[in-house]
Amino acid sequence: MLVTFLVGAIALGVVLLYGCLGETLMEKAGHLNLGIPGIMCMGTAGGCFGALLYMKGLAQETDAKWLPLLLVSILFSILFSAATGAIYAFLTVTLRCNQNITGLAVTTFGAGLSQFIMDTYVPRALRDSYFGVASKLFAKGIVNDPDANGVLKVFFSHGFFVYFAILLAILFAIVLKRTRVGLHLRAVGESPATADAAGVNVTAYKYVSILVGSAVAGFGGLFYTMDYLKGSWENASTIEAFGWLAIALVIFTLWKPGISIFGSILFGALSIAAFVLNGTSAQKELLKLLPYVITVVVLVFTSIRNKRENQAPGALGLSYFREDR
Amino acid sequence: MDKTNESKETTKQRFSLPFHVIKRINIPVWKKILIYAVAIITGLLLSSLICAGFAGKSPVDFFVYLFKGAFGSSRRIWVLLLDMALLLGTSIALIPAFKMKFWNLGGNGQILVGCLSAVACMNFLGGKVSNGLLIFIMFLASVAAGIIWALIPALFKAFFNTNETLFTLMMNYIAIGLVRFCIASWVKSGSGVLTPIGYGNLPKLYNDQLLTILVFVILTLFMFVYLKYSKHGYEISVVGESVNTAKYVGINVSKVIIRTMILSGAIAGLVGFFIAGAVDHTVSDAAANNMGFTAIMTSWLAAFNPLVMMLTCFFISFISKGMLQVRTDFGLSSDSIANIVVGLVYFCVIACAFFVNYKIVFRKKEDK
Repeated sequence: MLVTFLVGAIALGVVLLYGCLGETLMEKAGHLNLGIPGIMCMGTAGGCFGALLYMKGLAQETDAKWLPLLLVSILFSILFSAATGAIYAFLTVTLRCNQNITGLAVTTFGAGLSQFIMDTYVPRALRDSYFGVASKLFAKGIVNDPDANGVLKVFFSHGFFVYFAILLAILFAIVLKRTRVGLHLRAVGESPATADAAGVNVTAYKYVSILVGSAVAGFGGLFYTMDYLKGSWENASTIEAFGWLAIALVIFTLWKPGISIFGSILFGALSIAAFVLNGTSAQKELLKLLPYVITVVVLVFTSIRNKRENQAPGALGLSYFREDR
Repeated sequence: MDKTNESKETTKQRFSLPFHVIKRINIPVWKKILIYAVAIITGLLLSSLICAGFAGKSPVDFFVYLFKGAFGSSRRIWVLLLDMALLLGTSIALIPAFKMKFWNLGGNGQILVGCLSAVACMNFLGGKVSNGLLIFIMFLASVAAGIIWALIPALFKAFFNTNETLFTLMMNYIAIGLVRFCIASWVKSGSGVLTPIGYGNLPKLYNDQLLTILVFVILTLFMFVYLKYSKHGYEISVVGESVNTAKYVGINVSKVIIRTMILSGAIAGLVGFFIAGAVDHTVSDAAANNMGFTAIMTSWLAAFNPLVMMLTCFFISFISKGMLQVRTDFGLSSDSIANIVVGLVYFCVIACAFFVNYKIVFRKKEDK
């Protein structure tokens, strides 16, 4: 019981972790991207499309191999989510449009387009025949024995994407805190004019962080559909809800990728608490509110404490125009 | 993109774009309208090409079906106007808050709790009190619920400067959860769907739609006057321009934020009241129909002018209604095509703000 709960919490947490990491990277560059839900949907659609292409190209479904399948779907996922991120980047960085408005438009567009792609090009019949095999490969962990020791299962039974997310989080933490690139990126987010004067290419940093962040966020949806849901797709709105939660998680974790690993698993645990505990359906609905209520409480607490190092990047949400002094 | 505005010597040696970007000081109204019109037409043309490409039909048919879907019959026109009225109501709910740069993304939640409270009254008081009294109680309950939902983030924003964007966003999900909780407790069969309730339905005025349409159009006119000619409206725009200026001239910023959000929440609750009493007669977790987000776009596109907003709301409702027909006639399997088209039009209109605010100046030959 506890083992199933923990395994589920970690898995669902990873969905949020990808979204949170992507958003953290963009916010560090000064871009509050409300398009993350749409980008996560597009990443899902791209990954599923890629997986379908690979499975279709095989003589037999059972020929599917772990590495090429993952590579193809990761490639398509990156392609789709980065393309959506590129629209956001072009509008907000180059054309200096309002970030909130652009983000909302990206979410509308991304959720719509991904739903359309899934309905039209990855239809249910093909999903049923191919994704059963594919999702097994996605979910293949180091320990696959269902009777294995509980501790082993909690830590080693997950698919590739869980470990990849944690590695990425650690990498992001190191890059942001310890390297010159990270320093420049943070400078761009805190005060682009200062960074510009110091010779940092503000536009390039913004573009790269938005594109990389989008690609990372897209993995969250792909992991959720192919691994957590075993290759089934309900509709874009489920992933959209995760996207909003991921944006909240960025504030919950105070823009620190290291903390986000634990924050996301905590959120994952809260999200599935309703499914594990016994109770009437009405009580379960109340339990499902927990992650949102806790986010609100954290928001309020961080704003009341008002510590300098826990604040959002200084230029978050503002467009930068060099001649604007 | 490197905007080069260095001296002639450096531009000779380094790679540079043949143009540079400067900020516009002011722009004539006709030029602004022209830019927006071009953007909307571009967006629609792009959508028509994409949809026709997906379906293998002619792009001209796209426009034919779009208009047929929106204006095909008198009933369709009324439904379109009803949609517009509800969206307009949501937009005027959001507009005062936006004008003071309070990012209220919680429109959906505020509508939803308004709708939920009205339906709760219908569910528990229906048949026990007279219909007139019931409608009055529903009205009070909806408005109060909307106010509470908007006031919570407003209080924290005013006193602790809590981030309102995410706070209001989370309030949406809490509202959705509350609706699901109430439906799960009220509907004993466990179907999760509350059938329409016969009590507390608003009286008909000519037809089902006219009353709602009239109320929100009149409210829009009031909002225009309130924002443009009242002292409150002036204070809102000062706070929106600069919080510090507002402080120096002696405006109590916290008070303005709280007062404006009470107004915002009240109107959003009213939209919920009309959804419950005049349109759906029930509540579901999707009762707000995502209008809270759509209204952000419509009010932003209208540059926060309530009168222009009638146009933008009409336009967005027109596209979403027309797209239903396009989808059927093009034989597209997915109803999400409407979102793609709306998204594309948004992108074009958002992008055109650049041409309103900035000017691209091409370098003359002798400058090189």
